[in-house]
Amino acid sequence: MLPKFSHVRPSSLRQAVQQLASSGSHVHAGGTDLLGCLRDGVFGAEKIVSITGIGELRGINSREDGAVRIGALTTLSEVATSPLIAQNYALLAQAAAAAASPQLRNQGTIGGNLCQRPRCWYFRGDFQCLRKGGDTCFAINGENEFHCVFGGSRCYIVHPSDTAPALVALDARAHIRGPLGMRVVPLGSFFVLPALDLARENVLRSGEIITHISLPPLAPGSISSYRKVRARGSWDFALAGLALALKLTGRRVDWSRVVLSGVAPIPWRSSETEKVLLGRDLNPRTLREAADAATRGAEPLSQNGYKVELVRGIVEESLRAIMESHPETPSERT
Amino acid sequence: MTRNVAITVNGTERRASVEPRLLLVHFLRENAGLTGTHIGCETSLCGACTVLMDGRAVKSCTVLAVQADGRQVTTVEGLASGDQLHPIQEGFWEEHGLQCGFCTPGMIMCSHDLLGHNSNPSDGEIREALNGNICRCTGYQNIVAAVKNAARKMSKPIAARAGAR
Ligand SMILES: Cc1cc2nc3c(=O)[nH]c(=O)nc-3n(C[C@H](O)[C@H](O)[C@H](O)COP(=O)(O)OP(=O)(O)OC[C@H]3O[C@@H](n4cnc5c(N)ncnc54)[C@H](O)[C@@H]3O)c2cc1C
Ligand code: FES
Ligand code: FES
Repeated sequence: MLPKFSHVRPSSLRQAVQQLASSGSHVHAGGTDLLGCLRDGVFGAEKIVSITGIGELRGINSREDGAVRIGALTTLSEVATSPLIAQNYALLAQAAAAAASPQLRNQGTIGGNLCQRPRCWYFRGDFQCLRKGGDTCFAINGENEFHCVFGGSRCYIVHPSDTAPALVALDARAHIRGPLGMRVVPLGSFFVLPALDLARENVLRSGEIITHISLPPLAPGSISSYRKVRARGSWDFALAGLALALKLTGRRVDWSRVVLSGVAPIPWRSSETEKVLLGRDLNPRTLREAADAATRGAEPLSQNGYKVELVRGIVEESLRAIMESHPETPSERT
Repeated sequence: MTRNVAITVNGTERRASVEPRLLLVHFLRENAGLTGTHIGCETSLCGACTVLMDGRAVKSCTVLAVQADGRQVTTVEGLASGDQLHPIQEGFWEEHGLQCGFCTPGMIMCSHDLLGHNSNPSDGEIREALNGNICRCTGYQNIVAAVKNAARKMSKPIAARAGAR
């Protein structure tokens, strides 16, 4: 049984922000992560503030400037099946479709997907771990096969979201409403590493609500894809994943975004890989160098060295698929 | 502190005063007396508790009763009309899509969601749609056959199903 809490369902953002002012209050969207955390005692709640009564947080629409707005309450199913998203941001549709199971995608929202708490079994279990205010990260000397190989320090969680790396690759921005008004944060600086703050995974301050995500238009002809590797054929969190967006002329890379999931406490943008790719033709050598660059700086723990090889493999494989489906750069043939 | 909710279950509005922490699955089983919806894991993993909320499959162990306030919920009890089983129920019956039956209500409700937006799913699409539902008996083969059987029935006009010409 869940612990006791009070529950309110305000009908405006202003009221919701007011309700969240009291300590121990939590935003409640679909509840698929929140209820699990409360049930497992990951954190407690005095008050649950449901935001589902706020109409302006719903829906996907395109704006006049070509950008697309996704309300925070849009479900993962809606994101995965929206023709507007599929046509313009294939990567995001694929990432949403790869998250969780069908029922959880019908219930879980994109706002909640970005703010879900880590899945580390010590954090979720009966361990007073560092992230819960204790003094030990049990993963360091414990069972760490699903933990991070990049960006860990003191604590070694991975960020569980599939949509987050996709949104980082698409240069999306989070629109946030709080006690001090609105602010806009690029997804690329929304997530925080343990070195910066051990108690939270993103920059949201208490009382703040994501109202929507905005996506700038991708340059015409851009391609994007999301590749997720799981430990089994059925639903699961990523062992490693790759959110990739590219703009090509022939096979020459004019622009790219390479963001890894499942390997770091935040969606892990690999600027080194992007640098290798910039201005180069996709050919076997570029692919190998890009894959090497993506693994540079990895610091595996005792049981998760395989993730480094997974990263190498999915970067090379995804780039090869794109290479093979694109004609050689015209200038090269002459 | 309790909250008043009005939840329409299988077409009948049910009003109750509930604790905010009450899960929808407990509301259905204990307040509404509808025990067809099963509880397996109670942690959103197994799918035994799947019901439709406003037509979409959700895990009722991960929905608060207060979240269902004002919404339409359909449970397995809401599918048959009188003695006439729903085509999905017939499909499970005819293809032996169940053994112990524990997972079956959840499997059926999730299949209902699938067939609502894909009237002719492939084996792969059926397996993908049911991947949030665990069955420990059948090995899934007959469940896939049951959903295909139901899809065939549901794409025929009702009169033809009853054997008329
Ligand atoms: C069994 C299981 C498997 C899963 N597998 C995957 C997977 O493979 N990939 C993946 O990406 N995810 C996975 N998930 C996570 C799932 O996708 C998320 O739980 C879901 O997207 C969260 O959305 P929600 O609306 O239910 O959030 P809630 O549970 O309502 O909220 C989650 C958190 O975010 C906060 N929050 C919610 N909305 C907002 C907002 N608008 N502004 C500020 N804070 C907010 C809440 O306070 C809470 O802390 C899985 C979950 C489960 C239970
Ligand atoms: S009881 Fe709800 S998913 Fe298992
Ligand atoms: S029939 Fe027994 S669990 Fe599925």
